[in-house]
Amino acid sequence: MTREAYHKALKDLEGELQQMAVMVGSAVRASMDALKNRDLETSKRIVHDDIQVNRKRFEIEERCIRIIATQQPMAVDLRILAAIINIITDLERIGDHAEGTAKISLAIGEAPLVKPLVDLPKMAEKAVSMLERCMKAFLDRDIETARQICNEDDEVDAYYDQIYKDLVLLMIENPKIIKDATYLIWAAHNIERIADRVTNIAERVVYMVTGKMEEMNVSKY
Amino acid sequence: MRLHYQKRKLANYVALTVSVGSAAFGIIFLFWILKDVFTFGFAALNVDFFTQVSAPPGESGGGMAHAILGTLTITVLATAFGVPAGILAGTYLSEYGRKSKTASVVRFVSDILVSAPSIVIGVFVYAILVKPFGGFSAIAGAVALAIIMLPVVVRTAEEMLKLVPDATREAALALGAPHWKVTVSVVYRGALRGIVTGIMLAVARVSGETAPLLFTSFNNSFWNFNLTEPTATLTVTIFNYAMGPYEDWHQMAWGAALLITATVLLVTIISRIIVRGRAG
Amino acid sequence: MKDKFTIKNLNFWYGDKHALKGINLSMKEREVTALIGPSGCGKTTFLRCMNRMHDLYPGNRYEGEILLDGKNLLEKGLDLIKLRSRVGMVFQKPTPFPMSMYDNIAFGLKLMGVKSKSELTSRVEKALKDSALWEEIKDRLHEPALSLSGGQQQRLCIARAVAVEPDVILMDEPCSALDPVATAKIEDLITDLKQNYTVVIVTHNMQQAARVSQYTGFFMLGEVIEFDTTEKIFTAPANKLTEDYITGRFG
Repeated sequence: MTREAYHKALKDLEGELQQMAVMVGSAVRASMDALKNRDLETSKRIVHDDIQVNRKRFEIEERCIRIIATQQPMAVDLRILAAIINIITDLERIGDHAEGTAKISLAIGEAPLVKPLVDLPKMAEKAVSMLERCMKAFLDRDIETARQICNEDDEVDAYYDQIYKDLVLLMIENPKIIKDATYLIWAAHNIERIADRVTNIAERVVYMVTGKMEEMNVSKY
Repeated sequence: MRLHYQKRKLANYVALTVSVGSAAFGIIFLFWILKDVFTFGFAALNVDFFTQVSAPPGESGGGMAHAILGTLTITVLATAFGVPAGILAGTYLSEYGRKSKTASVVRFVSDILVSAPSIVIGVFVYAILVKPFGGFSAIAGAVALAIIMLPVVVRTAEEMLKLVPDATREAALALGAPHWKVTVSVVYRGALRGIVTGIMLAVARVSGETAPLLFTSFNNSFWNFNLTEPTATLTVTIFNYAMGPYEDWHQMAWGAALLITATVLLVTIISRIIVRGRAG
Repeated sequence: MKDKFTIKNLNFWYGDKHALKGINLSMKEREVTALIGPSGCGKTTFLRCMNRMHDLYPGNRYEGEILLDGKNLLEKGLDLIKLRSRVGMVFQKPTPFPMSMYDNIAFGLKLMGVKSKSELTSRVEKALKDSALWEEIKDRLHEPALSLSGGQQQRLCIARAVAVEPDVILMDEPCSALDPVATAKIEDLITDLKQNYTVVIVTHNMQQAARVSQYTGFFMLGEVIEFDTTEKIFTAPANKLTEDYITGRFG
C-alpha cells in the first residue's frame, strides 16, 4: 500500500461529507418539527445555522480542489471527488430548503396552523430517510439501494399531490386562510425539492461506482 | 525495383564474403602458429625441462628451470616496480589532475611511452643501470619491463577509475568523506576488477618481451639467485637457442615458446573472464 | 514552524556564467520544500549550493548568504566535512557504493567516528527501518548493494544519508530514474522523513512536487519567480509565469 497520506485524506473527506449530510438531515427534521409545534425559537436557530452548512460546503470543496491539484487523483478516486463536489451542492441546497421551511414557520408567526399537520411531517420524514439511506449507500458503494431510493421519489411526489389537494380544498372552503395555507404548500414544495436533490445524490453514487452518468428519476415537478 | 533489390543483395553478398575471408585469413595464421608451437613444443616438454639447467653446448638433455625462475623473478619484480607507480599515476590523472595541464602532459608522455619500441627502452636502461653499475642484472631487466608496463597500467587504471560515476564520488563527499578517503574506499573498490585485469594484461604483455632483456638481464646458463647478476629468461633463451646450431636447442626453444604462449594465453583468458563478470 | 534555511540575496557563478541571480527565500523546519522549473532554471544549482557541492569543481563562485539555523554556510573557512554531515544529499541516479548494503550505510557512520560494532549494527538497522527497506533486505545485508533493484538502491542511498542523522536532506530528482511503483515508495518515504528532517527536493515532475511538498519554489532563468505553500502554487499562483508553467503553457 503506497500513498497512505493521500488515501487517508480521501477517507477523511468522505467523513466530512457524511457529517455535512447529518447536519442538513437534522436541519430538515428540526425545521419540520418546529413548524408543526410552532417552535419559533428553533425556527430562528435553523435559519441562523444554515450559514454553518454553507461554510462546510466551501470547506469540503476546497479540500477536494486541493487534493485534485496536489495528488492527481485518477479513476475511482477522481470519480469520488467529482461525486463529492456535486453532492455538496445538493446538500447545501437541501440545507437551504430546511432554512426555507424554518422561514415559513416564522412567516406564519404566532397564528395557529390552518390544519394539524399529518402528511407534511410524514413527507419530510420520508425525504430525510431517503437522504440518510442514500448517504449510507455512498459509504457502502451500494448502487442497488441508490437506484431504489430514486424510485421512492414517487412516494414523496404522491404526498405532495395529496397535501396540495387538501390545502386547495381548505382554501376554497375558507378564503381567509389562503395566505397561511399557501405557506404550507410552499413548505410541501420544499420537501418535494429535497427528495429531488436526494435522487441527484443517488445518481452521483451510481456514477462514482460505475463511472456511468444515468438519469434515474425525472421528477414530475 | 526488383533489379535494384537484387543489386543490393549482391553487394551485400560480396561485402560479406570479402570480410569473412579477411577475418579467416588472419585467424588461419594465428592457429597455424599455435598449432606449430603446441606440436613442436609438447615434444620438448619433460621432467628435465622443468627441473634441470641447460646442458653444455653440444650435449643432449638439460632443461629450462633456471630460465623459468628468471622469468618469474624478473616479471614479479617488474610488476612490483611498475604497478604501484602506474596505479598512483592513474589515480592522479583520474581523481586529481583531471583536465589540468599537468595531467594532459602526463597522458601525452605515457601515450608516447606506449608506442616506444621496447628495444629503445632496453638500450635506455642499459645506459642508466647496466653501464654505470658494471653489469647485467635481474634488477635492470625488471626496471626495463616495468617501464614498458608503466604506461599500460597508467592508462588502464585511469580508464577504470573514470568508469566509476562522478555521482558516486559526489555521494561519498556529500556524506562528509575527505577526498583521499573517497578514492581509497569507494573509487578503488569500484574499479578494482578493471584494474586487476589491466595489470594482468600488462604482465602478459611484458612476459613475452625479449629485446629489452638482451640489454639488461642478458642471460645465464646456470641457476642464479642474485638479483644483481645476469639472469636467464625464457624469451632470451629462446632467442639464443633458436639461433644456435644444435637440434636439441631448437627443441628446447620450442618448449619454452609453448610455455610462454600458454601462460600468456591463460592470463588473457582469465582477465577476459574477469571483465565479463564485471559486465554481467 | 521555524525557518531552517534562510537564503539572502544569493548569487552564483559557474566561471563567467551567472547561474543564480539574487535568490531570497526561507525554508521551514521539518517540512518538504520542492523546487520546480524548466531545465536549466538553476534549481539543481541552487540545491548544490546548500551543501556547497560546487566547491568540488574549480571556477565556481558564490555571493550572498545561506543561513542554516542562522549560521552562514558561505563563510570562509567553514568546515565542509561537518557541513556535509549535517546536510545530506540524495542524487538523481542511485549511487550505491561498490560494497555490501551494510557497509554502504556504515560508511558515513564510520566517518563520523562510530567504531563499536554493536552501535554500527543498531544504527544501520534503524536507518534501514526509517527508509522502509529493512523488511526487504534484512536477510542479505552483506550482499553487494549493486544487486538491489533501482528503487531499492535509491532507498538504500536515502538510508545512507539518514544514518548519519543530518538536519537536512537534499534530494536532486531522486525518482527520475525509477519506475512509477518505486517512485511512489520513495514519495511515501519522503512524507515519513518529514517527521524528523527538513527535506528539500528538486524535481522536474511538478505533480511530484505537488504530491510530496508543503512549500514549492518556482525557478526560471536563475531566479525565484514564486515561492509559496504548495497548495497556493498549484491552485492559485500569484505570478502569471508560474501559472503558465504549471498549466503547461510553456516550458
